[in-house]
Order: sequence, then C-alpha cells, then structure tokens
Amino acid sequence: MSQTEPQTYIIDNETDQTFKLNRSALVEPTLFELEQRRIFDVCWIYLGHESEITEPGDFKTRNVCGRPIIFARDSAGDLRAFLNSCRHRGTVVCRLSQGNADSYSCFYHGWVYDRDGALKTVPGAESYGPAFDKADFGLGEVPNFASYRGFCFVNFSAGAEPLEDYLAGATEYIDLVVDQSPSGKMQVVEGTQEYDIAANWKLLVENSFDDYHLLSTHSTWLGYLKDAGVEMKPPEKGHLLPSHGICRNLGNGHATTDNVNFRGRPVARWIPIYGEDAKQEIDEIRAELVTRLGESRATRIADTNRNLVIFPNLVLNDGSSITIRTFHPLSAGRMQVTAWALGPAEESPSALARRLDSFLTFYGPGGFATPDDVEALEMVQAGLQSWREVTWSDLSRGMNKDGEQLNTDELHLRTFWRRWSQYMEGATS
Amino acid sequence: MSGDAASITRSQVEDFLYSEAALLDEWRMDEWLQLLTDDARYEVPPNNVPGGSASDTLFTIADDMARIRARVKRLNSDRAHAEFPHSRTRRMISNVRITNRAADTLSVSANFICHRFRRAERIRQYVGAMNYTLVIDGDGFKIARRVVLIDAHELGSLGSVSFIL
Repeated sequence: MSQTEPQTYIIDNETDQTFKLNRSALVEPTLFELEQRRIFDVCWIYLGHESEITEPGDFKTRNVCGRPIIFARDSAGDLRAFLNSCRHRGTVVCRLSQGNADSYSCFYHGWVYDRDGALKTVPGAESYGPAFDKADFGLGEVPNFASYRGFCFVNFSAGAEPLEDYLAGATEYIDLVVDQSPSGKMQVVEGTQEYDIAANWKLLVENSFDDYHLLSTHSTWLGYLKDAGVEMKPPEKGHLLPSHGICRNLGNGHATTDNVNFRGRPVARWIPIYGEDAKQEIDEIRAELVTRLGESRATRIADTNRNLVIFPNLVLNDGSSITIRTFHPLSAGRMQVTAWALGPAEESPSALARRLDSFLTFYGPGGFATPDDVEALEMVQAGLQSWREVTWSDLSRGMNKDGEQLNTDELHLRTFWRRWSQYMEGATS
Repeated sequence: MSGDAASITRSQVEDFLYSEAALLDEWRMDEWLQLLTDDARYEVPPNNVPGGSASDTLFTIADDMARIRARVKRLNSDRAHAEFPHSRTRRMISNVRITNRAADTLSVSANFICHRFRRAERIRQYVGAMNYTLVIDGDGFKIARRVVLIDAHELGSLGSVSFIL
C-alpha cells in the first residue's frame, strides 16, 4: 500500500451485522505520520490537569503530539500552554520536567522569557536592526487551549470547534468524576507512571474499555478479589461478568462503559479489601454525596464504574480508583503511556492511601492487571505482522442485538474506529 | 550469628542479599516469601518521585504482606500472562553498605543491575539501588522492608515491572 492509494480501513455492514477492521491500520509505518496530521493536529488533545500547577510560575513540561510544551501558570495565575522552543533558533528553553520559574532562560544564547512568555533579555541586542522588536519574539503558544472542569486540552488546528462541543456526551461522564469532590476540585496525586508499550496506540484505546477480555486476561486479578472476600455474583443470562454493564456511544468518537460496581469504589462503595476500619469513613463519604447531590445522583456516582475514552487518546478509568491515562504513538508499533491517579482535593490521608492501594492492585506497570494488558497488546502487535495474509480483524460483537449493548460487546470499539476512519479519510471537517 | 546488630559484618549481609537474588532469579518464589517478616513491605517508588511515600504518592508497586503473597500467588500461576513464560533475570548486586544499626535491625543499601530477558528481541536492564530494613532472626535475617529505586527517569522502554524486581 502506498500513501496515495485509496484504502478501506473498515467494512461496516449493518445488513450482515459484521464490522471488520483492516489490520494494516495498526501496522503500516506510513500511517504514523498521517495520523499525526489528520487526527492529532486537529482533535482536542489532553495536556494536563489544573491541579498539577497551582501557583504563578508553576510549570510542567510535556511532549504532546510530538511538540515540547510548557504547561504553566503565568504571573496572573492563569493556565498557559507555551511551545517550548526558543524564538531565536529553536532550542528547548525549559529542560526541567517541573518546577516554579521566575523566568524561562534559554541556555544556548541566553535569551530570557518571563512567566508570561514575553521576551525580556537578548544579549547583545544592539546587533539587531530597527525591525527587531522583542515584543515580536515571545514564546509561541498552542493555537487553542481550553479546559473542562479542570481537564486541560490543546488543539493545533486553526479551525478548532469549542472544546465542549467536541467533548459532546463525554461531559456527562467527566461530570460524574468531578462531582465526587465536595468542592468540585479534583487533585492529581503525586507520582507519574510513564512506560512504553510495543504496540499500536489504537490497541490501547480498544483495551481501555474492552470488558470482553476481563475474564480471560485478568483471571489472576479476579482471583485476587475473590480471595480477599469480594462478592462475585454468577453472571446474569447473556452476561460474562459478575455485574451488569453496558457500553455507550457518546458522539464524536467518544464512548464509555457503564457498569454496576462490584469491585469497590473509594467514592463510595466498601469491599473487604479496604478493611473493617474503612467502613465508617466510606459511609461518611457516601452520606456527603447523598446530602450534596441527592440519593439518585449519589447512587449513580457511587454504584457504577465507567471506563471513558475521549477520542483519540484520553482515558478516564473511574472505578476502583480514578486513572487519567493518555498515550501518544512513537511509531506505528510503539506508544508512550502516561498515567496519573486522581481524587477529590479534600480527600483525607486515610482515604487517599486507600485510593492509591486500590489503584495499584489493578493498574499500572506493577499492578496485578495492567502488565497482562501490555502483554496482550504486544502479542496482538506481533500477531498482526501477518496482516497481508490475514487482513481483517472482527469487531462485530453486539451488532445482532437491538437496544442495549453490553460492556462485553464491541459497540464502543466500533464507535472509535468509525470516527478514526472518518478522520483518516478526510470525512470530518 | 548473634542477635546483636553491632556485630554484623558486611559480608554476612552480602551473603544474604546474594542468596535472595538467586531465589528470585530462579523463580523460587515460595522460598523467597520465607525471607520476609509477617509485616514486610515491598515498594518500587515512581521514577519521578523516588523519595515519596506510598501513602500520598502513586507508586509503581507498594505491597504490604497480603499483597506480596497475592503477587507471588499470581506469579506462580500460568495465568500471569506478562510472566508466562517467565522472564529470565540475572541480578548483579554491589556497593553493599550497612547504613544504620539499631538493636536488632539493620538498614542496608545496595546497587543493582537486573537484566531481564523476555523474548529474543527484548533485553531490558533495570538499574538502581535497593534499600532494605533487615531484622536479625536467629542465624539469619528477615526482610522487613525492601524498597527498589530505579534510576531511569521514566520506565519507558523498560515497560512493566511484572516480576519481583
């Protein structure tokens, strides 16, 4: 296949109730660059959370869509997304991963920018002609920067639609996360998990909300819960898992699972793993929810788990803990994953410790489940190398059903792939 | 060995650490468990906050004894897919120092390289320091605390820590 050749990535056949994905979409090296231009340069992409930087001058440096970015608070305390590249000849200006800056100083030739990105110092400025004006050489900024309830996104496209329009139905599920905080303030916990997976980034999209793999891939984790006394009901008819769960298309390529909780929630559903000591505090957290939001909303938040994918590469796992996970392709066959834990800003030390414990039993590079997901994705990527002979993957689960689609069906995966295909074929504006 | 931390020599500590490394390299997990106290902790701090506390910082691994046992049970099964077949590991331990002595406990620090061979194309080197709290126990030691610090700025190409590091 060459880049100019027309390519059908998906066969979406409602009549036959089949959905097929051309495996080249996960393998072809040329797609890496095309995806950068057609998806990552036009979609709203997650940059960071407002709680990560709080004081004027606070910053974190990130690589987003291949660009080095300074996610910062300026002198007024406002959030900014500077392009971390000296306006002189391009050097990365800020080389620390985080800190508080009085100014951003490029070590190469000594140009200095203030907290607001304005160029303040140019050594030997007398060697420039009259057309040179420092005011023209402030740090570049990402063309579009916006946040929704603390989650900050960037967009490199001149024609970007408003963030809230882009998020579409995903805002309902972000609200379910943020409403867990009595003050509406969530806090990213210290400690970042950053690891590579030798697989195409879209396989992690699939995996992040694919509940079909849970029984087979994560049997040791389910065994751990069972050993610890967590109740595992036999699946209802037509189900595979101990609780009822569905998936939902949220528009614009976003989708989520929405499952009755059985695995515990720091806000707020006790399971034996938390220990008897924790019962009272979890009851109190739940009572606060009910008082503030009413019984129905409290139940909605505290008795369901949601794994949300915001197109293309942001995952919010809201269940036994809250994970923010984002990932960027390094090549067609490799991605870089970054994950954080999120919790209510006012969480007590004991509740925070419980949240982190709960996170680590499942999630992350040392958890009881994530390493097996990584292995699964890497084994898929290895298996896909025969794509010229075995060309099509199947994502048809649930297409034979009217109405509700289960979390173990594949509607949510199809939702992602349909949107991906539209972007790649230039069918979105 | 007496029960007195003051008389313990570095070579006694080294012998213990080498034996532990051999058990882990040979995947003799149940025997390794016997080296731990009943309230032992095993921690791998996040690469970006190596000095953090697991109670308020997201670690890579922060196991109490119940979770260490669960981890071993998982690794002993053939359903821990990330470790099936098992990684081959080879640990090199050096720069062993006794950094503190209390009545019957020692603080010990050592450098390590753990070479991990997963499949032909994947050779990974975990490099860092291990900080132990060892309790003198009869003729040997028990591990009360085992903190593994990885020097890499991020896990990156090291990927998962799916084995006992």
